[in-house]
Amino acid sequence: MTFKQKQLALYGILAVAGIAAPFVFPAYTFQITVMWVMILFAVTWDIMGGQMGYNSLGNIFFFGAGMYTCAIVQIGLYYDVAQYTASYGAIKVDFTPEQYFTGLVLGIIAAALVCVVFAVILAHVVFGLRGPYFAIGTLGVTLSAGELTGAWEYVGGGGGIALPVFPGEPDDRALMFYFMGFGLAVATFLFVKWMFSGRFGLAANAIRDDEEKAEGMGIRTMRVKTTGFAVAAFFLGMSGAVFGNMIGFIEPLEVAFPSVTFGIFMVIMCLLGGKGTLWGPVIGATLFHAFKEVTWTYMLGWQWVMLGGLIIVLVVFFQQGVLGWMQEKWPELFGIEVDEGAIATALAGPEIDERPHRGEAAQ
Amino acid sequence: MTAMIEVKDVSKAFGGIIANDKISLEVPEGRVTGLIGPNGSGKTTLFNSIVGYHPIDEGSIKFEGVEISDFRVPKIARLGLLRTFQQTRIYSKMNCVNNMLISVNHRSERFIDLFRDYPPELTEKAEQLLDFVGLYSKRKLISGDLSFGQQKLLEFAMALMNEPRLLLLDEPTAGINPTLINGLIDRLRRAAAEMGVTLFVIEHNMPVIMNLADSIYCLANGRLLAHGSPDEIQSDERVINAYLGGHYTVDD
Amino acid sequence: MMDNLSLLVQVPVLNIQLLLDGIFVGSIFALAAYGLALVWGVMNVKNLAQGDFVIMGGYIAWWLSIDVNIWIGMPAFNFDFLWISALHISTTAIPFLEFMKPAIHPIFGLPVAVVVMFGFGWFIYITIISRVIGKDMFTSLLATFGLALVISQLLNLAFGPEVQVAESGFEVNSFFDGMVTVANIRFISLILAGLLAAMVITFMKFSRMGQAIRATAQDPRAAKVMGIDTERIYAFTFALNAAICGAAGALISMIWVIQPFFGIAHSIRSFVIVTAAGLGNLPGVIIAGLGLGVAELYSGFVFGAELQQFTVVGLLVAILVWRQIQQSRHRQPVQ
Repeated sequence: MTFKQKQLALYGILAVAGIAAPFVFPAYTFQITVMWVMILFAVTWDIMGGQMGYNSLGNIFFFGAGMYTCAIVQIGLYYDVAQYTASYGAIKVDFTPEQYFTGLVLGIIAAALVCVVFAVILAHVVFGLRGPYFAIGTLGVTLSAGELTGAWEYVGGGGGIALPVFPGEPDDRALMFYFMGFGLAVATFLFVKWMFSGRFGLAANAIRDDEEKAEGMGIRTMRVKTTGFAVAAFFLGMSGAVFGNMIGFIEPLEVAFPSVTFGIFMVIMCLLGGKGTLWGPVIGATLFHAFKEVTWTYMLGWQWVMLGGLIIVLVVFFQQGVLGWMQEKWPELFGIEVDEGAIATALAGPEIDERPHRGEAAQ
Repeated sequence: MTAMIEVKDVSKAFGGIIANDKISLEVPEGRVTGLIGPNGSGKTTLFNSIVGYHPIDEGSIKFEGVEISDFRVPKIARLGLLRTFQQTRIYSKMNCVNNMLISVNHRSERFIDLFRDYPPELTEKAEQLLDFVGLYSKRKLISGDLSFGQQKLLEFAMALMNEPRLLLLDEPTAGINPTLINGLIDRLRRAAAEMGVTLFVIEHNMPVIMNLADSIYCLANGRLLAHGSPDEIQSDERVINAYLGGHYTVDD
Repeated sequence: MMDNLSLLVQVPVLNIQLLLDGIFVGSIFALAAYGLALVWGVMNVKNLAQGDFVIMGGYIAWWLSIDVNIWIGMPAFNFDFLWISALHISTTAIPFLEFMKPAIHPIFGLPVAVVVMFGFGWFIYITIISRVIGKDMFTSLLATFGLALVISQLLNLAFGPEVQVAESGFEVNSFFDGMVTVANIRFISLILAGLLAAMVITFMKFSRMGQAIRATAQDPRAAKVMGIDTERIYAFTFALNAAICGAAGALISMIWVIQPFFGIAHSIRSFVIVTAAGLGNLPGVIIAGLGLGVAELYSGFVFGAELQQFTVVGLLVAILVWRQIQQSRHRQPVQ
């Protein structure tokens, strides 16, 4: 079998496994759906964080923005949103199946588009920031969004909104959201794979390696960065819309803008799998989700401590991630050529980078 | 002979230190122009001002008749005015061919092109240029693993890949094995002659610059000290004094 | 919202209350921010666990100030997993040693918090921070984020999620017919914060260690060549920062409230102040700290408590954007 054929076979097996999973393990449908969303998180984070070197702590903003956009569209199509949220529980609201599905589909589309608009606007705010300022700035944006939404009565403030109820059996509901999550994750992965096969991938890597040089060579860095950000926002927005509907009830701090849970998980998953690679985020998200489920089940009460410990261990000792480690160990598997002589001379020479660290000049 | 770059009365100060003081010079098209001067005389500052790394305090910089002193780096680069760095800068985690491919000219790039593949003739051109600088056998290696001299050659090849109108080279021979210098000079000359690239070169190595340049400007203490052919510069009293640290005077 | 605004105009004395309270908490914010600027400037570590150090110091002072039944022994087989469960005693356990810890006034708890946090900071430096120095800047941010998670969760497991105050028992003074009330402890806290800051600054200026720290900050390699043990300097600096946080936390526990998950807000406050003031700008840190305290209280009063948190993060974003605009004129990004 050629490499291409092997690859196709691998994709085929994974696709079949993904489709079969909810039927083979019906008890875990929800868990596996969340895993697909996690994979989507990791893959979209890697666009900026891994491939472009812009480590965002605030990508989860788009998840929440998408979630709320979708909710507003779903409800707003048939009711007055302010009235709906204000009288939560007091009036009975019914959505016919037709209304439900129209609202859901339009909501998801709106979520994706609104998030792209947000991304383009935000790009002008945050991309002038470098290094730690970028990370902190994006974190600040997301935290602000959570706090502001909590104070926005129109969408229910801190109390949240209940989303329309699925008109059907719980099993059908679980399956529908499973395939939505699965489909989104696969679509994201394939799109990112395609996007990085062309010029975009090289431009992104060039920005990661030396942005100043990239500018000096005339690359339109702002355009590349904004595009990457918008693509991440597009898919994150849709995932937020789907996730919110799957949970059925959304509120700002824990569900929509969970900056210190999902927002950080994205980063950790990429690190675990190996950032800046195509499969790394996927592997990382899968491993991380398994780790999380195990600690949540068997170490209840200590799960967050374990998680914090995992972050520290990962960051301090295992930054290259699973895939990065494999690339170092077996470079030929990944089509990387190594010139032994060149490495020997490089190691013999001065190891210290003479250029000033970019983060160092604080002012 | 038209001037490609016209620098007129450019001044630049950092805090209280005047790095460039009313410098005026011209880089004619199709020639190799040299820029020399002792350490700290303001050569690199002038380069940075031209390519847009920092604003200038006063004066004007024109590139092919267009005032560029307000433009920023990427825009100037897309006009076809490129520079290489004293401390070589390449994309160190990508392989050499990819380094070359991403360096193509972005002048007429449209948004949709971001999602296109590179045409095969571009890869071919990249490999030709790598061959031109003698890195063909290393083309698949991660560029960060190359030796310093090889990285310097790669940076030069990347600049040529961009098809610039004018290339500013900041000490192209610094840190390069002396035995390789002749080869490098030869390639710089050929680039100028065969590819129609105008060169503006900062260089400390006197034999190299005297050999390479058609005309030379000499800076000292942020001021223009002298201008002339290599022979004139070599015999100029003020230049010799500036280099030897003697007392020199500037004719005001 | 407009009601509250007009109230401020009609009853100007209220402004005095807000201003005073803002200055009291702001002085503590400035203290913690100074610590952050120290580790940031000296070793280029952005400590996201800064606020959790503060809260930890607060819990030390608070825990010392209450009566606790200290209990050492075998947990009878209802494994709560670790010794921390000793604080919530299970009745079936077999004690080896049991006594009532006397309550210590939080002001005396402060030096204990300082010492304990200094040791804790040194320990954290050796185990974690020493391994992330010199790696790219995102690494220290993430590692300390993990640390923040661990600290806040351990505090939660140990002391529960309730809001705590270390009671100082001092009098409360009223002015303007009771319109303005100021607890004595707040004045004491302000004075203590000022005193601590003065001590740290004197130490940095005149002691040998302080000079070595400043030398290392300027050029670690040169310092190393000149025979300074930079590794020890870094450890000391980080420990000093933790100690400063411990003191700030003890003060916060007396004049405000502490809770295991309040750490992140304090971290962000420190980042806001340092970003606004810049590194190595001591007057800037003080002014920004006091300003933030006042701004927070005003917005809490005018917009309501929900938006008080937003003020902090909103200010952070605003400052970053403003700095970016300022820098963009210089053809350079914010670094």
